[in-house]
Amino acid sequence: MALTPQDVRHVALLSRLELGDADIERNAEELSKIFAFIEQLNGLDTEGVPPTTHALPMSNVFRADEVRPSLSPGEALANAPRQAANCFKVPQII
Amino acid sequence: MAIRTAHELARLLAEKQASSRELVEEHLGRIRRLEPRLHAFVSVLEESALAQADASDARRRAGRKLSAFDGVPVAVKDNICTRGVRTTCSSRILENFIPPYNATVVDRLAAAGLVTLGKTNMDEFAMGSSTENSAFGESRNPWDPECVPGGSSGGSAVAVAAGEAPWALGSDTGGSIRQPAALCGIVGVKPTYGMVSRYGLVAFASSLDQIGPMTRDVRDAASLLQLVAGQDRMDSTSAPRAVPDLEAAVEKGSFKGVRIGKPREYFPEEGLDPEVRDAVLRALELARAGGAEIVDVSLPHSPYAVACYYLVATAEASSNLARYDGVQYGYRNQDARNVVDMFSRTRADGFGREVRRRIMMGTYALSAGYFDAYYLKALKVRTLIKRDFEAAFDQCDVILGPTSPTPAFRMGSKTSDPLQMYLCDIFTISLNLAGACGVSLPCGFSSSGLPIGLQLQAKPFAEEALLGAAAAFERALAADTAREPAILSGSA
Repeated sequence: MALTPQDVRHVALLSRLELGDADIERNAEELSKIFAFIEQLNGLDTEGVPPTTHALPMSNVFRADEVRPSLSPGEALANAPRQAANCFKVPQII
Repeated sequence: MAIRTAHELARLLAEKQASSRELVEEHLGRIRRLEPRLHAFVSVLEESALAQADASDARRRAGRKLSAFDGVPVAVKDNICTRGVRTTCSSRILENFIPPYNATVVDRLAAAGLVTLGKTNMDEFAMGSSTENSAFGESRNPWDPECVPGGSSGGSAVAVAAGEAPWALGSDTGGSIRQPAALCGIVGVKPTYGMVSRYGLVAFASSLDQIGPMTRDVRDAASLLQLVAGQDRMDSTSAPRAVPDLEAAVEKGSFKGVRIGKPREYFPEEGLDPEVRDAVLRALELARAGGAEIVDVSLPHSPYAVACYYLVATAEASSNLARYDGVQYGYRNQDARNVVDMFSRTRADGFGREVRRRIMMGTYALSAGYFDAYYLKALKVRTLIKRDFEAAFDQCDVILGPTSPTPAFRMGSKTSDPLQMYLCDIFTISLNLAGACGVSLPCGFSSSGLPIGLQLQAKPFAEEALLGAAAAFERALAADTAREPAILSGSA
């Protein structure tokens, strides 16, 4: 399965990665090789095999819905690249 | 001065032959001397380590020690959050990130009185097998600084092998504890998934990641795992079960009556260095001579594990790493005028090449039209791999094989071919997919003087059998593994 530069451009957009043309070309080549290697899985018959998403047979782990101490606004904002009025500040959205 | 295990340091403290301050200063001295050549650490915490040591000495003087290891130093991989202390994952995107909370394992180390010496270098976001993917420069193998230490927990392995820290925590998603342990000649344990809390471990692939000990011997590994293991309400995937007495399992460890499985897939005709094969098979003969029963087993789907892993792990990573968008913490590209450009430029600037590649692999595997062919297919193959282990563990107590197909390789020799780098983990990766436990321990040296690692694997929550067998191998191989890196004698 070869990835074209257009495929990589699309995946980069979905991944929110702004890549230059040289990076797009390079990744098309490298990802094509890796996915060609991954194609070997198609040689396995998995008809009727259930998927494993998790190593241990655990599901629906519940806890009581109790209020517990959590980060103060100051702590939560301490690493913010920009902040204003106790909020994370970002560039224009619309 | 000889390099000592954590148990030996604990004894010096108990017998009042040394203070914690003296032990910490000794390790800081070695760090100062060796770091220019090895670069095991991203951050060395000299000031806070000495303060913690003084506090520990005061506790011991007052007869209120927190554990047998109160005052013993430790190093922590830099993807494990430490409150108030920079935690970078060796990535530009987290270069100045200061966590507001501790990982549960860090709290548990503190509760036992351990002293944190520093945060160790790694492949960025734990993606790599050589520590060459660190944004802050590679770590080097103490046995030959022209060779890689393995990865991704390369910094932790180097620190322990070179005596910069007596023991360290690493994390293992596809071999990231075991492979660097093998390449640096130390012990590294990948615990069963769910044995150790992942709370505060920066997520790479959440269904595979597990924190574990990297140590100079099996006994230290058992003790460090004992300190950090156990259910944690902050991690709903941590297992609700009691942690067995691992130190006792090591004491009792013996070959007598142990069934050791030898999978033919772990000894392929091609792709396994002959010196590694010989060293591992020699260890197997010692086990047979010591009373173990050797059983031929098969893990028929293990040749598919690398392909399966690079779909499962990258799919999970693409989702986990979506959080690095420059909004709440970490690096932000300040030039963008709208928010989507800000996300895309922040991530392009902040992530290194391998991390970008894996995010795109995972995004592609999950994207419309490819989900069934790639991601779902991989999850089904994961089931087949898991069933292989279940069948094999019906016939044996532990599985034996090499940890890495080769000893440490030269710096730069695999960086231009990602697939070659991925194949470094061919013998370690299936264990994570199955959620079982494994250990790498030293079993000899190559003709060029590089360490060779032996891997043992056991079924989920069979850490007692795993570490008991590892202790038996360690005793049987003691004469073959008693060497120190030349760099420590000052002659290198």
